[in-house]
Amino acid sequence: MGIKITKKCIGCGVCVDVCPYSAIMIIEGMAVVEGHCTLCGACAEACLEQAIIIDRPAVKPVAEQDKDQWRGVWVFVETHGTDTSPVSYELLGEGRKLADRLKTDLSAIVLGDGSYKTDDLFARGADKVYSAAHPYLADLDTEICSLALLECINRYKPEIVLAGATSFGRTVMPKVAATLETGLTADCTGLDIDKEKGLLLQTRPTFGGNLMATIVCPDRRPQMATVRPHVFKQPEINGSSQGEKIDVQLAGNLTSRISLLDRVVELVAGEKLEDADIIVAGGRGLGSTEGFEHVKELARLLKGAVGASRAVVDEGWVPYSHQVGQTGKTVCPKLYIACGISGAIQHLAGMQTSDRIVAINRDPDAPIFDVADYGIVGDVKEVLPLLISSLKKEFGQA
Amino acid sequence: MDIIVCIKQVPGSTDIKIDPATNTLIRDSADAVINPFDAHAVEAGVALKEQYGGSVKVLSMGPPQASEAIKQAISVGVDEGFLISDKEFAGADTLATSYTLSAAVRKMASYDLIICGKQTLDGDTGQVGPEMANHLGIPCTTFIRKIVEVKDGFMKAERLIEEGYEIVEFPLPAVISVVKELNEPRMPSIRGLMAAKKAEVPVWTAQDIEADKERIGLSGSPTWVVKTFTPVREKNNVIFEGEPEKQVSDLVARLRDEGIV
Ligand SMILES: Cc1cc2nc3c(=O)[nH]c(=O)nc-3n(C[C@H](O)[C@H](O)[C@H](O)COP(=O)(O)OP(=O)(O)OC[C@H]3O[C@@H](n4cnc5c(N)ncnc54)[C@H](O)[C@@H]3O)c2cc1C
Ligand SMILES: Nc1ncnc2c1ncn2[C@@H]1O[C@H](COP(=O)(O)O)[C@@H](O)[C@H]1O
Repeated sequence: MGIKITKKCIGCGVCVDVCPYSAIMIIEGMAVVEGHCTLCGACAEACLEQAIIIDRPAVKPVAEQDKDQWRGVWVFVETHGTDTSPVSYELLGEGRKLADRLKTDLSAIVLGDGSYKTDDLFARGADKVYSAAHPYLADLDTEICSLALLECINRYKPEIVLAGATSFGRTVMPKVAATLETGLTADCTGLDIDKEKGLLLQTRPTFGGNLMATIVCPDRRPQMATVRPHVFKQPEINGSSQGEKIDVQLAGNLTSRISLLDRVVELVAGEKLEDADIIVAGGRGLGSTEGFEHVKELARLLKGAVGASRAVVDEGWVPYSHQVGQTGKTVCPKLYIACGISGAIQHLAGMQTSDRIVAINRDPDAPIFDVADYGIVGDVKEVLPLLISSLKKEFGQA
Repeated sequence: MDIIVCIKQVPGSTDIKIDPATNTLIRDSADAVINPFDAHAVEAGVALKEQYGGSVKVLSMGPPQASEAIKQAISVGVDEGFLISDKEFAGADTLATSYTLSAAVRKMASYDLIICGKQTLDGDTGQVGPEMANHLGIPCTTFIRKIVEVKDGFMKAERLIEEGYEIVEFPLPAVISVVKELNEPRMPSIRGLMAAKKAEVPVWTAQDIEADKERIGLSGSPTWVVKTFTPVREKNNVIFEGEPEKQVSDLVARLRDEGIV
């Protein structure tokens, strides 16, 4: 059990370079793994000689768990009153593809007080909607919702359960997964089905987006994942869709030890960054608060939101709520205009999945150009006013 | 108030870069640091102890050198730390990690609060805290950005959500995970540095914490990494040429043609 270096090793050192934990050394022409290896697998993947083997013991299935009894793909639909969280629609679109590949049903699971209209979910691709209504579910209490979701999963046994990687999903799903003693993959950006075994392939960034890992959960059910918002597109609405609605009567005890005293909405001025179609983001290259005004003006003109690099937030030019990146927000707008941003890996982690990226930077070697669709090498203080007046002409505002 | 803070030692964040030639990870140095979010958890623990009295201990699962992270925590005011380290723990996913940590917590004397970071830089899941709470059968709230008060065995706190924040109240003992807006981690004091230098960090093995062999390390991890790869950035990028005026008008034309503006 663990990691083995076989005789095929030629001591080339590729593994030493890729190990994120510095846990491999070359000694006398052979790779040697140190005790603090976490078995992450980066070395085995990189090894050109296929000399590194990671040996896994079988994980014992949870008692009396017959994997074949678990069928169907579930999407947890996060509702806020009568509204649907956009990521839930995105997941229905993606879940549809997974269900088709597995030749099984796609179901939406909705928890709430019953005021939410579920018909729309059929039009977004669900074959079935499980709806558990109870007054206690109105507040989206994470403890009560995890008890309710747990009860539904135990009763109907889906093979896959997906939820948005929101503050809610990232709290409820681990509680449920820990009780079921099954695996949970956080914040996925890619989902697929393995053709041979029919397993859910869950791909996610680690190390702030420097390394992607594909994860499976072969021996336990359900296979659970939270999925990053704005990575997948919302499915087209198919007006004619209909399906089966199952009203779930919850039998279990729905109590919470956590009391919600208040929920305070504190939206930043202008549009919410995560939902914006267009984001104009500024970096240190703007030079000052005054320089940053160009970014705000361009954002207003395009009816978009204002983003920022951490350098700018640290300078205090805009509040933290505007920060995009690994320790800020993850966004995926139709258009992202990066002005005077170098494109540090931590910044890219939050915006590189945007549909179209425009970069304006005076350094032609700035890494932001590696992810940009369109680039202008130039001084932002010159380019932005030109861009603003050119767009005004375009919109007939000049 | 007796507090346990869970900290993980992670590779120094800025060390991780991609070598453009080979497209692999390169490191400038083998530095390891306390996971940045966990530094905020440590600060929260020390500040609560200062306000309400009691003790603050740190717990870390990792290789022997993770005792360095524990000593760093002691240098900023933590009373003592425990390292859980055993070859058997290697390859643990969040379920196995949270089980292992909870087994260690059970071994420790009574506690009122367990503080975790929002997530780690390397694992990056944020699942360990909530899963640990489940193993211990205690409540858990996540993304805490402000601790309002602790009174009569209850904690009142603000929890960050997408649209703003929630004010929640829950009985102790509980697990919380914290975000960086909560506080500003302090620098070590001279006294703290001396304490850290002198500190002996006990190391507990799987046997010491009476962990079930089937629930730790690879054997206890339902999820497997089947593949790792560096993200491909395939972009057909167009860098406009000419005078700034021409570059800008070319850009606007493109965006118009694509129907974006
Ligand atoms: C753990 C960790 C987490 C982090 N998280 C984040 C995060 O979430 N988000 C984030 O953004 N960063 C994050 N960072 C910081 C990140 O590493 C960078 O330091 C930061 O993104 C740099 O911001 P910047 O591009 O604005 O500034 P700089 O790197 O200083 O780049 C400024 C750019 O502007 C260009 N420029 C200068 N003047 C002009 C001009 N007149 N016209 C045109 N171009 C000009 C320069 O060529 C340069 O490319 C994190 C760092 C760490 C260690
Ligand atoms: N090996 C570990 N030792 C101690 N605490 C940990 C460990 N792994 C995770 N944690 C705690 O759990 C939090 C979330 O981690 P993660 O789920 O890996 O993102 C971290 O911020 C730590 O507080």
